Amino acid sequence: MKIRVLVSLKPGVLDPQGRAVHHALEGLGFKGVDDVRIGRTVELDVADDTSDEALNEMCEKLLANTVIENYKIEKLG
Amino acid sequence: MAFRSAVITFPGSNCDRDMAVALEQVSGTAPFRVWHGDAELPDGLDFIALPGGFSYGDYLRSGAMAANSPIMREVVRAADRGVPVLGVCNGFQVLTEARLLPGALMRNASQHFICRNVGLKVENADSLFTSGYVGGQEISIPVAHHDGNFFADEETLDRIEGEGRVAFRYIENCNGSRRDIAGVLNKAGNVLGMMPHPERAVDAAHGGTDGLMLFEGAMKALANA
Repeated sequence: MKIRVLVSLKPGVLDPQGRAVHHALEGLGFKGVDDVRIGRTVELDVADDTSDEALNEMCEKLLANTVIENYKIEKLG
Repeated sequence: MAFRSAVITFPGSNCDRDMAVALEQVSGTAPFRVWHGDAELPDGLDFIALPGGFSYGDYLRSGAMAANSPIMREVVRAADRGVPVLGVCNGFQVLTEARLLPGALMRNASQHFICRNVGLKVENADSLFTSGYVGGQEISIPVAHHDGNFFADEETLDRIEGEGRVAFRYIENCNGSRRDIAGVLNKAGNVLGMMPHPERAVDAAHGGTDGLMLFEGAMKALANA
């Protein structure tokens, strides 16, 4: 089973990388970009019987730092 | 009795030797050098240090992989028993990832790697680690980091401030840290994480000796305990 985990910074947490990329986009002349936030995608290939509980635990224990990040688990089948 | 300390080395640690030199200089006894894959810590430790560096190449997040290494389970157990644990720079990042300390260390607000001396204010001089200083004392200690921007939510910040757990604050905020926080204690006061490097300021040849009082104070406090 293919799993995609999207890890993103929580709202309100400053994202210096996103801010720098935002400036760079403006420097390239792109107009109307209000905000840029950068996250991470983790793609996993797991056994088909892997439980949702186990997937959540992987995120909570390692893939995301829930002090600063949210995560979303997508099952790609 | 000889001072029994340990310095943990992760793949990518690069301040472990400096930490060991500082501990030996102050205590007269060379610390045990412990590898991240070791399953056990030496018995009867008085002090554990997690050094600076780039453990596991900062993969995933700074300190995230090291926090889950075999030896960290033992370090967490030792910390829970009350053994003093000092984490410097990457060691601080590891301690937050291991949830021994609150908050997280994010990319510096400037995006730049900062390597220079910074002024710190000793916020709490009552802890084991800071007892060699005077409350409010201003000291100069080097920083060398890219991810030193301390973040915690407002509620957590209020709580740690209320409990006197801010050990050091930057006099001039160099990295965007919330409330200028440079060093944080756990609730019991036996775990300290700090971005500045006290082990790089223990000899006049380093350009300053303001880090010395941290090690000397801790050793004295432990001897009197």
